[in-house]
Amino acid sequence: MSDTLHAVAIEVNGKRREARVPARLSLVDWLREELRLTGTHVGCEHGICGACSVLLDGDPVRSCLMYTVQAHGHRVTTVEGLARPDGSMSALQDSFCETHALQCGYCTPGMLIAAQALLDSNPDPTEAQIREAIGGNLCRCTGYQQIVEAVQLAAERTKAK
Amino acid sequence: MSSFRYIGKKRRTKEDPRFVSGRGRYVADIALPGMKHVALVASPHAAARIASIRTDAAQAAPGVLCVLTGDEFCANTDSLAIGVDAPKVTRWALARGVVRYAGEWVAAVVADSRALAEDAAELVEVEYEPLPHVIDPEKALGEDAPLVHPAHGSNVLYRRKFVWGPVDEAFAKAADKIAFRAVWGRSSTVPIETFGVAAEWNAGTGILDIWASIQMPKFPDQTARALRLPGNAVRVHHDVDVGGSYGAKRGLKHTVLVGYLAKKLGVPVRLIEDRLENLRGGDMQGPDRFFDMEVAFGRDGIIRAMKIRAVDDVGAYAGRSPLQLGKPVTAICGPYAIPAIEYEPISLMTNKTPQEAVRGFGQSPTNFAIERAIDRVARQLGMDRIELRKKNFIRKDQFPYTIPSGSTYDSGDYHAVLDKALAAIDYPSLVRARDEARRSGRLAGIGISTCLEPSGGNSAFEVLMNPKNENTTWMDSCLVRVDLSGAITGVINNSSSGQGHESLVSTVLGEILERDPASIRVVRADSLAALPSNSPVGSRMAIMLGGAAAGAAKTIKETLVAIAAHNFECSPEDLEYRDGSVGVKGAPSKKFTWDQLVEIAHRKFHKLPSGIEPGLQAKFVWQVPTGGGLPTPEGRIQIYPCYAFEAHIVLVEIDPDTGKPSLRKYVCGHDCGVMINPDIVHGMTYGGIAHGIGAALYEKFSYTEEGQLASGTFMDYLIPSAMEVPALAIVDHCTPSPLTTFGQKGSGEAGYLGAPAAIANAVNDALDPLGAAVDSLPMSHLAIWKAIGGARKKRPLKDAA
Repeated sequence: MSDTLHAVAIEVNGKRREARVPARLSLVDWLREELRLTGTHVGCEHGICGACSVLLDGDPVRSCLMYTVQAHGHRVTTVEGLARPDGSMSALQDSFCETHALQCGYCTPGMLIAAQALLDSNPDPTEAQIREAIGGNLCRCTGYQQIVEAVQLAAERTKAK
Repeated sequence: MSSFRYIGKKRRTKEDPRFVSGRGRYVADIALPGMKHVALVASPHAAARIASIRTDAAQAAPGVLCVLTGDEFCANTDSLAIGVDAPKVTRWALARGVVRYAGEWVAAVVADSRALAEDAAELVEVEYEPLPHVIDPEKALGEDAPLVHPAHGSNVLYRRKFVWGPVDEAFAKAADKIAFRAVWGRSSTVPIETFGVAAEWNAGTGILDIWASIQMPKFPDQTARALRLPGNAVRVHHDVDVGGSYGAKRGLKHTVLVGYLAKKLGVPVRLIEDRLENLRGGDMQGPDRFFDMEVAFGRDGIIRAMKIRAVDDVGAYAGRSPLQLGKPVTAICGPYAIPAIEYEPISLMTNKTPQEAVRGFGQSPTNFAIERAIDRVARQLGMDRIELRKKNFIRKDQFPYTIPSGSTYDSGDYHAVLDKALAAIDYPSLVRARDEARRSGRLAGIGISTCLEPSGGNSAFEVLMNPKNENTTWMDSCLVRVDLSGAITGVINNSSSGQGHESLVSTVLGEILERDPASIRVVRADSLAALPSNSPVGSRMAIMLGGAAAGAAKTIKETLVAIAAHNFECSPEDLEYRDGSVGVKGAPSKKFTWDQLVEIAHRKFHKLPSGIEPGLQAKFVWQVPTGGGLPTPEGRIQIYPCYAFEAHIVLVEIDPDTGKPSLRKYVCGHDCGVMINPDIVHGMTYGGIAHGIGAALYEKFSYTEEGQLASGTFMDYLIPSAMEVPALAIVDHCTPSPLTTFGQKGSGEAGYLGAPAAIANAVNDALDPLGAAVDSLPMSHLAIWKAIGGARKKRPLKDAA
């Protein structure tokens, strides 16, 4: 492997981060190991399970399939960046707690990212649209039922405001 | 039920907030200063002699500390425990001399980073001499099959024929009989988090600290034994969140390896499996069984006897996996009053990745076979499947009911639960929807299954299957502390993988002590500080941990009443406990408040009655409510104490041109007695159904004839997504258990125990008009398509419809 390091500047959860990284360092490893943002999880490392999902300029991406250098100049949001500015839970996070949309919690950050991306672009999704939006995120605990309910609840709550 | 204050009520869990905010603490999140990383060299052969291993190039690679092979490792550690009496089937994390499956670990590389360790692992040169291998379990049973462990002398690990009741007489006299084979494919729980472990040896204290994503009884003890350390030299930290397990997270071999490396190198060492290591070399594949089923019955539909021959392929090594043929003994006739049963479990080895515990511990495959048998009997008799089930169900007035294999079912109302499920799904309209789909040229079928969820297990299948093992104790414990500020803390003794134990314990403590569960903290003692626990397996924690927490809380309550009685100079009988205060009956103003009683307990010895320990804490260690005993010579034994019951109903449609099944409607009738937290119970049931959908239709560890795993990625091992899992509905029923503190039974496995059977029955109902049948799981699109094609050759679809 090459020892060359590459300079990157990436906005992570609203904060500009600069680093020198090897070309082969995946985005998820940089977020977890260097920035210690361990809310983003590694599940399969081949882009299927969705546990490592983050928002890149607002769109959900697999951080296990991206190199850190590819995120240079972009905006990354992880689960740690979903809370309200005062640190309290977002409507979606709170809805996940209300419907018990998780058990072990491992897929949860990726689910929240996928669902938040949906709600940002479609505030009033149908059940089919919710299932499609989280269709790239595998959960082994919930059977998705209470996750779908949580996204529906978050949409209703946001609408009611 | 309504007498409970917190139990059974909608309550948010204690655990969810940390997970939705990204503040879980999983093993991969634990960063120990100076920690090193392990990568593994895996065997490319299903069976081979290791001629040589050259490690010098790897050893010289950048950042490498150590390359460990089996010769050193096996000489300095002991074999992992074997569940049955097969002492020659030894097992270590690293192969020595011989590899027995493709993916088996041959060498471990430790380096500064995982990436550097992987780079170096590629430089390890292993010379193999391939040996004959066996993959097909039928061939493995043959006289001339290659032996996976020649020293054992056979590929059979366990075989016994149990006969409970007059089986032969019943078959001789029966008006009708059926016989068929049902096949359960090799799948598993496959959590989204792979297994991981970190270990650190402190030469100053002589303690090996371990953080692992573990769900395993006796894990600290077994780790210490294999490492040849005293039990009090291994400290397992239970405050590690486990990213899913459902039975399979039993990385004993990983832990012994990493523990050995940490001690040898004097630095913290961590191994986090990548997905291929997890699927191929993690030793966490599941049951792989075929059942030869025979049923004898009358024209009235009453089943007189059943014979089950179950052959289970555990792969190349045995841990507790053969015992997964033992648990079904505790519910061997399902919910049916079948008076005579023959059961012949055969556990055998092939050159595949070893099997580990899977949700239900062998019960789901067995239930699938029994429920296929019930549908086949109904078909043979031309009888309605619901009517046949109801005719054979154990009736509500028959409980407690002892089944032929010796276990007594505690309680149930199977007819009521099935009726509720039928009503909830609107069965007549479901039949109309199916028939409408059929008329419009599609294939459609309705599947019904019922199942029992044995819960609160005492693991007595161990003594049943291994006469040298007399383990009849299967306790769990809780310590409750009330601190000087009056705050309550429950201390539990295991890690959790999503089952909500903090919510469980805080709800139970709140219920007994009449304090708000939201104010109650629940923490996890490490294994050196812990009371005895057997970990959350066998749907036991609502019963066992819930019971232990209740027991400890009752002691706290009695202590508070005793303190008040001493200070009022009255009898405890004259006092009543309310909301944490203790007052004189009939004189509500005369009372000690919670804070006053806590103050006395902690600081006012002069006001403490004799015989009461200062401070305010209580422990409770609880054995399974039905105790524990040895089997009779015929192998009759009480295993699980409590039996939850479920009825699953599903409508499936199949595209006749592609074989693709779609689940249109799904209802589960569910009775686990009193629910502590309904959201948690329902969540695990939904998840179990989804898991069962995977086992029924998609998931399989496929092997090539050469013994190579052909499903080592999530492109091949197909876990159902939100697109494959339909909207699921649960309808509750409550038959309290007479054996438990609040009437609760266990839960968590029910969805998985019933779903594969229901879906298999639905697919077969859909294929029935063609005269086709599929009795092998998973029923892949291809398998269904082939069945349709085969039938169409005989009979075109439009004629059949």
